[in-house]
Amino acid sequence: MNRLAIFGLVVVVLLVVVALFAPLIATHDVGATDLTHRFLPPSAEHLFGTDATGRDIFSRVVFGARISLRVGLVVVVVSSIVGIIIGALAGYYGGWIDRLISGYLFNVFLAFPGLLLAIAMVAFLGAGLNKLIFALCVIGWVGYARVMRGQVLKVREYDFVQAARALGANDLRILFRHILPNAIQPLIVQASLGMAGAVLSEATLSFLGLGVPPPAPSWGVMLEEGRDLSTLSAAPHALIIPGIAIALTVLAFNFIGDGLREYLDPRQRAR
Amino acid sequence: MSTQSFTNVQSGQMPPALARADVDGPLVSIRDLRVYFDLGGGGAFDKLFGGQTAKRVVKAVDGVTLDIMPGETLGLVGESGCGKSTLGRALLRLTEPTGGQVIFRGRDLAHLTQRELRGARRHLQMIFQDPYASLNPRMTVGQIIGEPLETFKLVGSRAERDARVRELMTTVGLSPRFIKRYPHEFSGGQRQRIGIARALAVNPDFIVADEPISALDVSIQAQIMNLLEQLQRERGLTYLFISHDLRAIRHVSDRVAVMYLGKVVELADARTIYDEPLMPYTKALISAVPVPDPKIEATRRRVVLEGDVPSPINPPRGCRFHTRCPFAIEQCKEVVPPLAEIKPNHFAACIRISPEEPHIEQVAPGDAPGLRQTGRRLAQ
Repeated sequence: MNRLAIFGLVVVVLLVVVALFAPLIATHDVGATDLTHRFLPPSAEHLFGTDATGRDIFSRVVFGARISLRVGLVVVVVSSIVGIIIGALAGYYGGWIDRLISGYLFNVFLAFPGLLLAIAMVAFLGAGLNKLIFALCVIGWVGYARVMRGQVLKVREYDFVQAARALGANDLRILFRHILPNAIQPLIVQASLGMAGAVLSEATLSFLGLGVPPPAPSWGVMLEEGRDLSTLSAAPHALIIPGIAIALTVLAFNFIGDGLREYLDPRQRAR
Repeated sequence: MSTQSFTNVQSGQMPPALARADVDGPLVSIRDLRVYFDLGGGGAFDKLFGGQTAKRVVKAVDGVTLDIMPGETLGLVGESGCGKSTLGRALLRLTEPTGGQVIFRGRDLAHLTQRELRGARRHLQMIFQDPYASLNPRMTVGQIIGEPLETFKLVGSRAERDARVRELMTTVGLSPRFIKRYPHEFSGGQRQRIGIARALAVNPDFIVADEPISALDVSIQAQIMNLLEQLQRERGLTYLFISHDLRAIRHVSDRVAVMYLGKVVELADARTIYDEPLMPYTKALISAVPVPDPKIEATRRRVVLEGDVPSPINPPRGCRFHTRCPFAIEQCKEVVPPLAEIKPNHFAACIRISPEEPHIEQVAPGDAPGLRQTGRRLAQ
C-alpha cells in the first residue's frame, strides 16, 4: 500500500480515537465562555488558545471530530445502502425499471448541483444535525447507485451467475450471494471518498449557518466564528486550527480512497 | 418411410422426429427454435436523432429442429458466432427463446412460467466453457457444489450437504479434503471438475456441455472428456456437447449436428459425418482438421473457404452459405434449403443434392435436384 494511504489511515484512526474518548481528551468544557481569557495564544493551559468568547479551541476541535465523523458515517452508510439497493434493482432487472431509475431518477438528481440542493433542503427543513444528515443523504445516494448499477450490469453476465440461475437459485439469492460480493469493491472506494465529501459538506453548510446551529463545536461553525475581523487580527489560530482539522480529515479519507482504488485495481498497482 | 415434401413446412404440421429406429422417443425435442436479439434501430427516435434507421436483429438461432435421444451425446459444431452456444443456453432458458418449442418429457420448456421452470431445471444442467468465470470466486468449493442441493432443498442439514458434496467431489476425481478451498486455489482442469460436480449435484438427465474443454490444456482435455464419458455410462446421462473442436466432437459424439449462421445444415452419425460429409460447408470444416500423420497431411486435399462468415445481423437470403459456397447457383440465393434426409439418418440442408444424387460434385452444373419434389423426409 502506498505511503499516503497509510498516512490517511493513521489520521483516521487517530480521529476515531479522539472522537470516541472526547470527554477524556478535552481539557475544558466545550461550552464554557470566559470573557477574561479571550484571544489567548496557544499555551500549556489552552493548547490551541481561546476564541472570541474565551472558549478553549482544543476542546472544541476534539468534540468537533465527533460531529464530523458522525455526519460522515451516517451519511455514507445510509446513502450507500439506499444507493446499492436502487442501483442493484436497476442493473439486475433492466428494462423499464432501469429506464425509470437510471434514465430518469439519476439524471434528475445529477442535474442539481449537490450542495445547492442540500442548501435548499436545509433552508426548507430548518437547521439541525439530523436534517443536515438527511439532506446530504438525499444528494449522496445517486453516486453509489450509479456505480452499483454499472457493477451489477457487468457481474450479472458472468458465467457463475448464469450457472446459479441454471441451478435454480432465485433472484434474491443470485443478487446477494453471487452479484453483491463480486460487485462491492468499487463501492468501498466510493464510500471512503464519500466520507471526505460528507465531512466537507457538513463544514460548508455549518459555515454558511445552514448546518449545525452555532453553540455546537462543529468545525464549520468554528470557522465561521473565527472569520470576523477582530478575531482574525487578534487570534488567527481560531480560524486556522479548525481549518487544518477539516483539511486533514478530508485529505485522510481521500488518500485512503485513492489507496484502496489502487490496491483493488491491479492495472494501476504496477505503476 | 414418409413421403412428405416442402409443402408440409408451410402447413404448420409437426415435423417428423429424427428418431433412430433403436430407441423409443427423444428426451429433448427442439422444434423450430428461434433466438433473436434486437439491436434496436428503426424506431421513431432513431429517425429523429440520426440513429440506425433500419431495425437491426441478430438471428443467433433461426429455426432449429433437433431431437436428442436418451443416453446419446449429440455433438454441435460450427464456427464462432454460428449460434451454437446460444442454442444451448436457450434450451435451459438462460437466454429467452424468441419462438419455437423445447419439449422435455412432454412439457414445453420454452413456455413454462419462471416458477415451473425452476423445478424443471433440476433435470437439465449445464457445464460452462470458462472454468474461471463459471465459479463464484467468493464461495468455497463446498458452497459452490452444495448450492443446487440447497436451492432445490435436496438436503436437510449442513452436515448432510457436506457429505453429499464430498461424495460428488470423489465422483469427479477431486479430493474431498479440498471442500473448504476457493476456486482460485485450483487448476483449470480441477475447476472444470468442480463445475461438473455442481451440474451433477441435482442428478440431471440432460446436460448441455458448452465448450467444456476449449479452455483447457490438451492433456487435460482428454481427462475431462473421459470423465464425461464415464459419468454418462454410470448415470445414463444425455449430453448436448457444443464445441468448435472437431476432433473432440468426433471422440465423444454419437451424432453430430453442424450449425452455420443460426441453422443446422447437416446432421448424421459422427462416423458418417466425418467420413462422408454431404454439405460443402461440412466438407470444408472436416478438411480443416489436421491429420497427425505427416504423409497423409502432405497429400490430402483441403477445401478452403473464401471469405468470412457473414454477419448474423440481416444474414444472407436464401441459403445462408451461398456467399461462400463453391457450388452455389442462382437458386441458392432465393430458396431457403430445408434440412432433408438425403441418406438414411443423414440429413443435409442443400437444394443441390437429393437422395438420388447425394454427391454434390457429381450433380450436373446448374442443376438443383433438391428442388424436385422427390420423396424424402424433412426435418424442418
